[in-house]
Amino acid sequence: MTDGLDMHVEASPEAATPRKRTAAPNDGALIRRAIVDAFLKLNPVKLWHNPVMFVVEIGSAICTFYVFADLVATRQNVTFLVGIAFWLWFTVLFANFAEAMAEGRGKAQADSLRNMTTDTLANLVKDDTIEQIPANQLRKGDKVVISAGETIPGDGDVIEGIASVDESAITGESAPVIRESGGDRSAVTGGTKVLSDRIIVQITSEPGQTFLDRMISLVEGANRSKTPNEIALDILLITLTMIFLLVTVSLEAFAIYSGQSVQVSVLIALLVCLMPTTIGGLLSSIGIAGMDRLVRHNVLAMSGRAVEAAGDVNTLLLDKTGTITLGNRQASEFLPTAGVTEEELADIAQLASLSDETPEGRSIVVLAKQFGIRERHLHKEETEFIPFTANTRMSGIDWQGKRIRKGATDAVLAWVASQGGTVPPDITELVERVSSTGGTPLVVSIDDRALGVVHLKDIVKGGIRERFDQLRAMGIKTVMITGDNPITAGVIAREAGVDDFLAQATPETKMELIRKEQASGKLVAMTGDGTNDAPALAQADVGVAMNTGTTAAKEAGNMVDLDSNPTKLIEIVEIGKQLLMTRGALTTFSIANDVAKYFAIIPAIFMVAYPVLGRLNVMGLHSPQSAILDAVIFNALIIVALIPLSLKGVKYRPLGAAVVLRRNLLVYGLGGVILPFFGLKLIDIILVALHVAG
Amino acid sequence: MTLDILRMVGFGGLVLVVGYPLGLYMARVFAGERTWLTPVLAPVERAVYRLAGVDPSAEMRWTSYASSLLLFNFACFTILYLLLRLQGVLPLNPTAATGMSPDMAFNTAVSFVTNTNWQAFAGETGVSHLTQMLGFTWQNFISAASGMTVAVAFIRGLTRKETREIGNFWADLTRSWLYVLLPMSIVIALVYVSQGTVQTLAGAVTAKTIEGVTQVMRVGPVASQEAIKLLGTNGGGFFNANSAHPFENPTPLTNLLQVLSMFAIPAGLTFTFGRMAGRMRQGVVIFAAMAILFFAGLGVIYGFEHAGNPNLTRVGADQVASAAQAGGNMEGKEVRFGIADSALYGATTTAASSGAVNGAMTSMTPLAGGMAMLNIALGEVVFGGVGSGLYGMLIFALLAVFIAGLMVGRTPEYLGKKIGPKEMKLAMFAILALAASVLVLTALAISSPAGLAGRLTQGPHGLSEVLYAFTSGVGNNGSAFAGLDAATVFYTTTIGIGMLLGRYLFIIPVLAIAGSMARKKQAPPSSGTFPTDSGMFVGLLVGVVLIIGALTFFPAYALGPVLEHFLMHAGTLF
Repeated sequence: MTDGLDMHVEASPEAATPRKRTAAPNDGALIRRAIVDAFLKLNPVKLWHNPVMFVVEIGSAICTFYVFADLVATRQNVTFLVGIAFWLWFTVLFANFAEAMAEGRGKAQADSLRNMTTDTLANLVKDDTIEQIPANQLRKGDKVVISAGETIPGDGDVIEGIASVDESAITGESAPVIRESGGDRSAVTGGTKVLSDRIIVQITSEPGQTFLDRMISLVEGANRSKTPNEIALDILLITLTMIFLLVTVSLEAFAIYSGQSVQVSVLIALLVCLMPTTIGGLLSSIGIAGMDRLVRHNVLAMSGRAVEAAGDVNTLLLDKTGTITLGNRQASEFLPTAGVTEEELADIAQLASLSDETPEGRSIVVLAKQFGIRERHLHKEETEFIPFTANTRMSGIDWQGKRIRKGATDAVLAWVASQGGTVPPDITELVERVSSTGGTPLVVSIDDRALGVVHLKDIVKGGIRERFDQLRAMGIKTVMITGDNPITAGVIAREAGVDDFLAQATPETKMELIRKEQASGKLVAMTGDGTNDAPALAQADVGVAMNTGTTAAKEAGNMVDLDSNPTKLIEIVEIGKQLLMTRGALTTFSIANDVAKYFAIIPAIFMVAYPVLGRLNVMGLHSPQSAILDAVIFNALIIVALIPLSLKGVKYRPLGAAVVLRRNLLVYGLGGVILPFFGLKLIDIILVALHVAG
Repeated sequence: MTLDILRMVGFGGLVLVVGYPLGLYMARVFAGERTWLTPVLAPVERAVYRLAGVDPSAEMRWTSYASSLLLFNFACFTILYLLLRLQGVLPLNPTAATGMSPDMAFNTAVSFVTNTNWQAFAGETGVSHLTQMLGFTWQNFISAASGMTVAVAFIRGLTRKETREIGNFWADLTRSWLYVLLPMSIVIALVYVSQGTVQTLAGAVTAKTIEGVTQVMRVGPVASQEAIKLLGTNGGGFFNANSAHPFENPTPLTNLLQVLSMFAIPAGLTFTFGRMAGRMRQGVVIFAAMAILFFAGLGVIYGFEHAGNPNLTRVGADQVASAAQAGGNMEGKEVRFGIADSALYGATTTAASSGAVNGAMTSMTPLAGGMAMLNIALGEVVFGGVGSGLYGMLIFALLAVFIAGLMVGRTPEYLGKKIGPKEMKLAMFAILALAASVLVLTALAISSPAGLAGRLTQGPHGLSEVLYAFTSGVGNNGSAFAGLDAATVFYTTTIGIGMLLGRYLFIIPVLAIAGSMARKKQAPPSSGTFPTDSGMFVGLLVGVVLIIGALTFFPAYALGPVLEHFLMHAGTLF
């Protein structure tokens, strides 16, 4: 299933560190664009999707009205009212700016992607003739011919030929990949370039629905719909807003009862300060930034829902090959039979492998070097290479009249017998010793003698065990999927530290495992690339298809990894979690902030009628007017201050929920209560110093 | 003072000792399992079902559960309303009480159906024995049992998986009163009688005092009503003076038994929840959160009452407790009970949605009175009413899980069930309904001449009177701050509406959440799951309850109790 992994995956076991996309424009241009967008987003029709900010905008408009009304009526107190109105507008603008910043990066990326879609011509095959038509007129089922140097006009499957393709436009990876008809490497993506040879491709997507089109709309966040968690959070925020609306409206009644009516602008200031504007203003930018983080990890999520589901995942199904182990087995020891030295066996094994270009063969050569055996140059005249075939199940060389072979136990032993030799009695024991530890035995022979066994072993990726420990701490169970027999699988599973394994896996048993996990209420994530993975990818809650995979696999999953790196699943989970954490942290922070604001505004409003209430002015703010301005300014500035956090996400550590919660509650809960007391006081000092406050 | 504190801690221990086994017993009762009372009560239970034509094993969806409850409560309301209107011509009326006016009957009927037991009339003179027994005592059982059914249905919703059914309302109702309320009431009533609480069908006794004056003392079936009044967190006393009256609450022992019975079932239900959730710790954390909130509030009330009024100290009055006097702020308190028992009673009755009183709330120091009011305003979740306390607190638990649950990087889940937009919508609606009802009705009252006319006092204390009345009504507590004349058409109507909103706008979303949660899959807990059975969750839950309450009511309280407190220290009294 995963044997068809891309080369660069094997070459980069350190792929855990994300490769950043380079297409990002410089920050200056991004910020300028975001500032313009922030003003454009003031349009109430656009702002409607963010109810909290919509209410703030209405409040700002009313306050502005009162500025002019007061100017006409009394010509008093206007600087204060202007101050309130000004900062309320800025509250909305800052929130808009945050959203625009988050969208900015995606938009820039979309623009560069869009350039690729234009101007491509397709060579449409029509009844033995070839007709040139614009790429955007291709329909599903059309066949096109692409030769070296041409751009592939649309998504499709190679139905004839083999070619090397430069997919860097999509994946950012410069090394070319091989695409050929049949099998699991047949899918090609529109916008990529054929470097050599000529292929015929059958188009699999309708115009406007190509992978590139989807990618553009995804990075742009064009049809971003709210996820269930966002909706639930929205409901919380809207209800809090309604409660505070009631609080402020009823406050006017309480105030009149107490013999002092409160200015509408002051009431609105109070309302806006109490409303969860911090999270309300940053909510959508958190979501967009989360998707963007995925894109920068070269993962395309088909929906925000899938990203959130990734954060909730309980079980990860990981393919052994490529994810847990390096792509191939490697020789780890030489086990000679009685009367044969280790050096002798190593020498012959190396000779047998000299022509073997498979990673296994190369690893035998490398291991033999440790016995001081150097590579030799073989003269072509006296050497004949015997390649591996599925029939003989062994390979080797005929060299200087000696017939050297290595291969599967029964095949080599049969060969030795056919050469008139006898099978050494201890060889079976050696073979079993290797098998029982999960290794693969290769028997080495020369002429009629079986010399011994080479132990081929799966090499577990460095650092993967720690990753699994982290996942376990996060409460995520890892299950290794492998086609190996249970013994081999068990050994690797123990060595890699996975929680469970599925041996001799077939698409059916994989599907069954997913269903079983889901039936007990768990969310399952998996990666896959082959057509036979498609049903399981569709069944899994998070299905990450490899970009090298088939079209069927890509359509079944809800994410595509452009790097085709199965280890990426772990990062996807982390990004999903970080997204939710950031939302939770800012919500807590936002609500906790209100405590200090009450202590600023309530005494400020009623100190005139009841001087004794001045004792609630614990921060010792300069005057009632400065106190109210402090709160409004703090409320606006905190949004700006938290934009970087909303874009980057809160610091993520792979720890258990209890530890993470304690830490975040301390930082964002307790910190959220305490920080504004100092912030308000600081702003007050500045306002007094600037003689702004009356 | 040390003795007082020991006594309060001892009370906490008693609640635990009584609540825990009671909780386990109730878990068995509601599961329809065999208990030690089954041999006696099962035949009665079967007879009731046969009589009513109910199949107790027929499970209901939340919609039919809710409509059964609403229909039943409406029927109860109608009967009680008619009884109150017609009591003058009905038998068993030795005190010759007349039929109530429509608005008063509405207010009273709503009050007793919603487990509020707000009394805008004087119990001794306003109602007949028939009303007391058939109307009030019956409702004391039934309204409490109704609350318990909702709690049990809610627990089922949280703990069952992938089903639409949350139990049978009629079976839950019958089991509530038959297996829990009735047996306990009988025992408690007998203890009261043994202590001297009055129990008779006579209307009054006449005595000649030492001064030679003739005194007519109202009596009646008090002990029997007293038992369920407190056990069911009803609070409607036989006498207007409620549990300050020596015929209702004659000795220190009855006083202790009264506070204990207010908390018995609400505390017990937390353990019922733990048992039904299959993990007792889940129930224990709810109990712990309630206990922390209770003792914090009790500390505030006791502290301020014990300190007394600084103005009296200033003019040379001795307020220090000694062998000769209770000390502290004794205004409006029974000398028999003193500061500690009065503070304990005041804190318990407001926390437990009971509304029974053994002293006057209005006479408390401003912040102690404010604390009593806050106890109610938090949503009656500090143990709270029978049933309502548990489901109220669990709603806050959902909210706490949601806010903080996101912070661990997962979709928030409670007991392995994800909390989605639907549950948030319903939970927030319930919380909003309480806050909105109190704030809007209070604002309305203090903005209208009719509302202002009812006050006894001007200024912040007057505001507290009005605010307390609506807080108490909406919170289905029923205690009165006193001072406010609530017998006017304005107040009977508005408070009546408040009681209805506070009860049903909470119950319906709660049952809807039960229905929606029951359908969900239950994911097994892992180390990545938000732990809802830890000390941290207790702190979080307490924090969420306090912050929601504080954010909603801070401005109003600043102008009421807090302002009054500062003014008192500045020398102004109300």
